[in-house]
Amino acid sequence: MKFLVCISNVPDTTTKITFTPDNKEFNKAGVQFVINPWDEYALTRAIELKEAQGSGTVTVLNVGEADTEPNIRKALAIGADDAIRVNAHPKDAYFVAQQIASVAKEGGYDVILMGKESIDYNGFQVHGMVGEMLGIPTVAPAMKLDMNGNTATLEREIEGGKEIVEVNTPFVASCQQPMCEPRIPNMRGIMTARTKPLKVIEPVGEGARTEVAEYALPPKKQGVKLIPAENAGELIKLLRNEAKVI
Amino acid sequence: MSVLVVVECDNGEVKKSSLEVASYGSQVAQMLGTSATAIAVGEATEANLAKLGEQGISKVLYDAEPRLKDFVNGAYTKLIAAAAQQEDAKVIILANSNIGAAVGSRLSVRLQASLATNVVELPQINGGQFLVKRGAFSGKAFADVVLQGERKIIAVKKNSIEPLHEAGKTAPVVSFSAQLSDADFADAPKQVIMQDQAGGILLPEADRVVSGGRGMKGPENWHLIEDLAKALGAATACSKPVSDVDWRPHHEHVGQTGITVSPNLYIACGISGAIQHLAGVNSSKVIVVINKDPEAPFFKAADYGIVGDVFDVLPKLTQAVKELG
Ligand SMILES: Cc1cc2nc3c(=O)[nH]c(=O)nc-3n(C[C@H](O)[C@H](O)[C@H](O)COP(=O)(O)OP(=O)(O)OC[C@H]3O[C@@H](n4cnc5c(N)ncnc54)[C@H](O)[C@@H]3O)c2cc1C
Repeated sequence: MKFLVCISNVPDTTTKITFTPDNKEFNKAGVQFVINPWDEYALTRAIELKEAQGSGTVTVLNVGEADTEPNIRKALAIGADDAIRVNAHPKDAYFVAQQIASVAKEGGYDVILMGKESIDYNGFQVHGMVGEMLGIPTVAPAMKLDMNGNTATLEREIEGGKEIVEVNTPFVASCQQPMCEPRIPNMRGIMTARTKPLKVIEPVGEGARTEVAEYALPPKKQGVKLIPAENAGELIKLLRNEAKVI
Repeated sequence: MSVLVVVECDNGEVKKSSLEVASYGSQVAQMLGTSATAIAVGEATEANLAKLGEQGISKVLYDAEPRLKDFVNGAYTKLIAAAAQQEDAKVIILANSNIGAAVGSRLSVRLQASLATNVVELPQINGGQFLVKRGAFSGKAFADVVLQGERKIIAVKKNSIEPLHEAGKTAPVVSFSAQLSDADFADAPKQVIMQDQAGGILLPEADRVVSGGRGMKGPENWHLIEDLAKALGAATACSKPVSDVDWRPHHEHVGQTGITVSPNLYIACGISGAIQHLAGVNSSKVIVVINKDPEAPFFKAADYGIVGDVFDVLPKLTQAVKELG
């Protein structure tokens, strides 16, 4: 079975967000980038399934410029077999989806996994776009994934519950917890990752369909109004009369 | 040319987030000088659908095919695309829900539309330019996004639009069929399992949320959270470590790797306010923090706070809510 796992390169979760002076781009200066936390579920589950089957491959795919390679190597250190980088600035979800669909088609992958969304753009869109471009089912967001031959059984989160869905390969799933416990690379993995193949290819398709005109930070909070613990009931009155939320 | 609104229904009722979406859609239609049609999915009653007139919807399409009661991505996408074609919809509005995201992303390719999710405000339409504001960086920023091309799809974040309400206004409900084949149901769920929701309130839809962290010390103390939630008509939630050790189920975990909520009121009890937790709750309108540590980072994100012991403070709050009547 051939697994394709899409990873995005995002600012570390604790990053203080700032923008370039024209507010058009995220300010990368001094920021540590990590594998998108949701994508780690996709990556680890693909590796677990490959190990359980005792055969197959896990290919990691990233659409990004050369500065994403440390995180691609990290994915290889966690256990992916090889990697592809589409050499482009990921302009929007549609642009990224075109690259993934093209690689998936060419490589004949059976299972395409990715995280539910990226923690920078928070789009939650790429999975469905790829599925539609390839004309195959998408399951989003998936909390559980098991394979039996060419049939996958997934748990899909719905508001207030879950659905059990069965699909045949090829399919796309966007992953979230509690799918698995994401793995961290060990020393052996880090050593072998250095020699695993990382192919760089050029982008295909049309441009983006959306453009960020400007980023902005939310307005600053007024500051907290503290109520003494002895007088806790006073808070409820404030919530009714001042904040008007109850 | 029209605006098409996708309305999700459950147990015959239109979901609260879909009332918001309907209101959003009818206001966009007004800006564009056209009308808003709704396509309803899920289990709906005609009477409840007709009430979408109160949110400014002028017509509701409904396909009563029983297999559409539960979400099926293939079939829903085809159904909504057919409705968009029939209505010549240039703008399609959905909720930023699991259904909205799954269908919206497929539709954007099928209809060659540009897509914005997580949208928090009505669009700005200036001449040919169509601009929407969306949340980004896990609630730490906003992005103004230009939607290019002739067709647009917008997924509206829950609780970011005040629903319109013109009491008594009704919309005609018209039956609609997308001529679905068995192949469209290939990804139909084999089983749907609903989880117990505290007080029957769905966390992602909730207007008020009472949430507990590790400071609650153990599951045996959760009645304190539940009592306050019940008195307030709120849903309950928790931090990640709490669900990791199974004090509470996973579907109550909010934050960066859990559910994102944006209620009007979020009360955090014994939660430190780590950045990953804030990422899932920081767009709540009013945040209340109860923590015995005055240095807890959550106080920086809070509107109201009590420095105190949850075991002492929570019963007092519940009592005070009951006294309000
Ligand atoms: C990649 C990644 C993703 C993550 N995703 C999430 C996520 O989605 N959601 C999430 O919540 N976390 C997430 N985390 C974990 C997060 O960093 C914190 O560890 C977590 O939010 C802490 O939970 P807590 O506040 O309940 O516990 P703690 O940090 O242990 O804090 C407990 C708090 O309770 C207070 N307290 C103790 N006793 C009392 C008392 N009697 N009365 C009042 N207050 C009391 C303490 O002062 C303390 O502030 C993530 C972490 C990583 C690395």
